[in-house]
Amino acid sequence: MSTVFIAFQTNDDTRPIIESILADNPHAVLDEQPAMVKINAEGHLVINRESIEERIGRHFDLQELQINLITISGHLDEDDDQFSLTWKN
Amino acid sequence: MDMQTNKKKLGLKEKYAHMTRGLDWETSYQSMDKVFPQATFEGIKIHDWDKWEDPFRLTMDSYWKYQAEKERKLYAVLDAFAQNNGHLGITDARYINAIKLFLTGISPLEYVAHRGFAAAGRNFPGVGPRVACLMQSLDEVRHAQTQIHALSNYNKHYDGFHDFKHMLERVWYLSVPKSFFDDAFSSGPFEWMIAIGFSFEYVLTNLLFVPFMSGAAYNGDMATVTFGFSAQSDEARHMTLGLECIKFMLEQDPDNLPIVQKWIDKWAWRGIRVLTLVGMMMDYMLPKRVMSWKEAWEIYFEQNGGALFGDLARYGVKVPECITQCTIDKEHISHQAWATFYQYGGAAAFHTWMPTDDEMDWLSAKYPTSFDKYYRARFTYWRDEAAKGNRFYTNTLPMLCQVCQIPMLFTEPDDPGQICYRESDYEGEKYHTCSDGCKKIFDDEPQKYIQAWLPVHQIYQGNCFPEGTDPTVEGFNPLAKVLEWYHLEHGKDNLDFEGSRDQKNFDTWRGLATKNT
Repeated sequence: MSTVFIAFQTNDDTRPIIESILADNPHAVLDEQPAMVKINAEGHLVINRESIEERIGRHFDLQELQINLITISGHLDEDDDQFSLTWKN
Repeated sequence: MDMQTNKKKLGLKEKYAHMTRGLDWETSYQSMDKVFPQATFEGIKIHDWDKWEDPFRLTMDSYWKYQAEKERKLYAVLDAFAQNNGHLGITDARYINAIKLFLTGISPLEYVAHRGFAAAGRNFPGVGPRVACLMQSLDEVRHAQTQIHALSNYNKHYDGFHDFKHMLERVWYLSVPKSFFDDAFSSGPFEWMIAIGFSFEYVLTNLLFVPFMSGAAYNGDMATVTFGFSAQSDEARHMTLGLECIKFMLEQDPDNLPIVQKWIDKWAWRGIRVLTLVGMMMDYMLPKRVMSWKEAWEIYFEQNGGALFGDLARYGVKVPECITQCTIDKEHISHQAWATFYQYGGAAAFHTWMPTDDEMDWLSAKYPTSFDKYYRARFTYWRDEAAKGNRFYTNTLPMLCQVCQIPMLFTEPDDPGQICYRESDYEGEKYHTCSDGCKKIFDDEPQKYIQAWLPVHQIYQGNCFPEGTDPTVEGFNPLAKVLEWYHLEHGKDNLDFEGSRDQKNFDTWRGLATKNT
């Protein structure tokens, strides 16, 4: 299985996002680097709108992720509720 | 009190469908082939442009909204950086030379990428890719502008930032990144997408922006890390576009595979050669290092690229053929490049130096099989000679590779003690390349690469002096005249870091910032 990843800037906006990702993807591994956070996961990684909303207490549009996004790896699929990254091999 | 309600809006998929389809029309008084003249000549066959989908499903209205927010965040930091003398917070003034190279060698390419994606958007008959190319084109001009703005603050205080645009078209080492983008821009729209959209953005851009920008943060350069990460937030979208583009081409027609594979092989190698400069920046120009070039290469090329090519194998795509050479090269190229810039430090628009003992220990720990064996003794010798007042500068010009335009500084795959040269004959002339990879590219399209504007050839032909120069006068100093033509001020912008104006000013100003007398 190949590793997908997503990286964000380290800041107050991304803290609840990272928490949600780690809660929703038990197989994900956190890699903290200067000024950025990278999350690696075997095969598949999912970000759920609802999980983020639970943490921030307001409506969240998944496209807001783009503001603090640094990089991704894997095939992306995004709709109103979910943002997912997958390698199919 | 007003209650906040969530009005039912269009879902992402519906909105994307409405705002990226049915926006065009079939032309009537000119044929579609004439309106899109570049759509077919490369041999790529497309049957249904509507099969193209951007997985981010970003539409122009959302694009403006999120980009505006990114800009606000970025400029707040740039203002704070300038207002608080942020430039004095960096680790040491050697670091500034890394961002001089960034401004002169990389930022202008963002501008070329802006033009290239605008052209690709114009030339693709499908609406989906045109919208995506439009956004990327706007992103790229934003990157050029924000980088120039961010680094203009350094131009107030330090040498070498003053004329990047003029330098890009003249200075010897800047022809490496410039010719890379010119090569891509002068191909067709599909090759451009594989060259820049896929190979550069998806496979290689992480190596440029992620560890290097994290390194900028580590070295206290708040302005650079912020523009870097702000740019990189767009890159995730660019990478997705590049990957989508390659999948789209491969799914549209089986005949596209061999063409696409040839471009992947070519552009992976071209891009990797250009990134030699980044390897050198990471290993030698960041006083405080985040990771070595080799480590970054292993994470972002070997592991991530391995996952990517493993995935694309279902289309019949193979890993770029240069991978064997790259696995050998990762141990060497940053040291070889820095050694070259050190020797040519008289003609570079930034300062060079030899690493300290601590830094050499770091390098030997990171490169246990190559640094001590091939480079340490030479670097120590140069440093000792400089301490005795014999700082070595070479005064002859190097032979350049006809394809990547890098001086012949790389070594044979099986012998790191032997410089690698390859030779091709074309129409009675000999052409030289630095590697099997570049030779193969030359031999495939010699009629393109014989036109290369090679800085060394141009200097020898007398094309790189200020207007009105008379090279026949007694005591003529060609190097001085070339530097003048580059707008590079001898003794200020070039030579060793030790004793430079940047070094003195930084020490003085930092002293003023922390003491009262």
